[in-house]
Order: sequence, then structure tokens, then C-alpha cells
Amino acid sequence: MNGVRRRTVMLGAAAGAAGALALPALAWASQDIDVSGSSPSLRFTMTRATDGKTVTAADFRGEIPLLYFGYTSCPDVCPLTLANVAKVLKRLGPDAKPVRLLFVTVDPNRDTLPVLKQYTAAFGPQFVGLRGTADQLMALARRFRIAYSVTVKGSDYEVSHSSALYAFDRTGAARLLIPSLATNPPDIAGTADDLRKLVEGGAGGGFISRMLSAISGIV
Amino acid sequence: MRAVLGAGALVAALAGPAWAGPAWAGGVTVQDGWMRMLIPSRPAAGYFVLHNDTDGPVQLVGAASPACAHLMLHRSVNESGQERMMMVEHVDVPAHGAVTFAPGGYHLMCMQPSMQPGERVNVTLRLAGGATVAASFAVKGATGE
Repeated sequence: MNGVRRRTVMLGAAAGAAGALALPALAWASQDIDVSGSSPSLRFTMTRATDGKTVTAADFRGEIPLLYFGYTSCPDVCPLTLANVAKVLKRLGPDAKPVRLLFVTVDPNRDTLPVLKQYTAAFGPQFVGLRGTADQLMALARRFRIAYSVTVKGSDYEVSHSSALYAFDRTGAARLLIPSLATNPPDIAGTADDLRKLVEGGAGGGFISRMLSAISGIV
Repeated sequence: MRAVLGAGALVAALAGPAWAGPAWAGGVTVQDGWMRMLIPSRPAAGYFVLHNDTDGPVQLVGAASPACAHLMLHRSVNESGQERMMMVEHVDVPAHGAVTFAPGGYHLMCMQPSMQPGERVNVTLRLAGGATVAASFAVKGATGE
């Protein structure tokens, strides 16, 4: 549901500074958490599965990256999450163009580049497989406080990972934390509305653009 | 289409169409079975609804399919935002009840899948006590379509 009541903000010369502090934040779907300014910007070094190139966050500037941690031997929750992202992209229509789902494997030992490439391709061209060394993975996960574990017992692997996705704007600033897209039912419409705001937002939620949005009543 | 000749499958074939829809063994039916096929070198997932229309509880204890090297009962669990998967030995279905295997919860884990989206594959569910119920599952691709 995207019905939002926006308060009209009066900006008098004297009230300018105080008014700025009282500006309403962009309204997001109920499950999504605004992390603008509280989570760090996107930064990482990883190997891209499609071509084996080393990529960093700079390679995704100008796009809307969605960061998700999973592994390919998981037949249920990871595919469910990615399939729901595919539904969100479908709902976005032309606005889906700049969105990229970055699928970071928490299981680099088993998830080789060819497997990762094949797996992400099964969901669509906007799904990018990323694989790092143990250190590169830990650095990225730690940066966003994402927990994961891989425990090997003989031939059995036990993997746990966060259900969360982080959405960034075109400058690489963190904007949203989506707690899960594996719930039943998933909030496809709400997530699409939130991503649309990031797609349309240009450089995103800086103070000036938020102020202008509030005044004009356009989100 | 390959014929699977187990006792349960034979009962199902004699009792009704073997190519689609619910299959049953003495009041237990399997409906809406489908597989999510990802890539050949990774497990596929199976989902269905098991209805127990009998007067007593039944217990699902295993599964098999010619399309899978092994089929195991699994469950996805989310604890405080952490996802993990656990193997399940059995699932109880109360009298006049049902259990749903659906994405995000109970699922079949199909090791070394040999199936293509658009096909149907036979799956035999094993109940405690030896009874089996077989059904035809629709194979879908990664996005579930």
C-alpha cells in the first residue's frame, strides 16, 4: 500500500533551520527500514561471476544495487527471495532497468564462479553473482552487520545467513533495509514502490531534494 | 512419461488418472505438487499439500523420485532474521488435517535433479507403516514460473 499522508511544511525565513530538522523522511513500505545516513555506503571488492572481473562498488554507481547474501546449495529460501525480487522487477516495469540484485555468496568454497553465474542467470540478467575471498566476504558482511556461518561436518554443510536485503541509491548511499523477501506473503507492491522512489530519486535523499519533495508534495 | 511401478503408484494408477491431479492411498491425497528447478548441479526443491482424510494421524517419513538421486524432507527456519535449513525425519499430519510444503517452510530437497521446467515428474511420498502415495509434480523454473 502506498497511500501516504504527507505533512505540509511551512518554511519561513526564521523557521528555515528548525523546519529542515522537522522535515518528514520519505515514507517507505511498512516493513522496510530507512537507513539513510545510518548505514555505511556500499563498498566492497569482489569477483563478478559473469566475467571473472574484480569489481567494486564503483562499478554499480548510477545503478540501484540490492545487496543479498546467500548460497546456491539452498533450494528454498534463497530462490524464494530471488524469485520475489524478480516479481518486484516485473512490477517496476521500465523503472526496473537500473536495479541490480547483487547475490553475494557466503559459501565461496562450493560456489565457484561458473556455478554462481549459472545460478544467477536463472533468475534474470539483472542478478549479479559476486564471490570473494573469505576476507573480502567478511569485510562486506561486517560492514552491514550481516551474519552468516558455514559449518562443515564431514560431508554435511550447515549454512545460515541473514534474510535481509540492503538497497542503495545511485551514489552508493545506503537507503533501505528490507528485512526479508521470503515471508508469506511477500510485500511485492510495497518493495516495488520503495525501489521506484530510489529509481526516480536521482542522487537520492540529500537534504535539498527532501526539502523540495516535501514542499512540492511529490515523493 | 516414465511409469513408476511401486505398490502405491499402482493403486493410484488403478484408482484414477496417473497423469495429473491428486493421487491417493486410502484417504491420503497429495495435491498441487511442483518442483523449483534451479541448475543441474544444485538441489531442486519440491512442494505440495498432503491431505489426511482418515480418522487417524499419519506420518510422512520420506520421499523418492526417479528425477532425484535422493529426496529429503527439509524445513527452512528463520530465527531473528537468520535463515537456516534443517533436515526433518518425519512430519505428522493429524486426522482430517493437512500439511503444506511451501517456499520458506517445509520442502523436499531433491539432490542431483534431472528435470526440465515444463515437464512433470513422479514423486512417491512414504508414510510410516509402509504406505506410499505417488503424484505427478509440475516442474517450474527458478522464478517459479
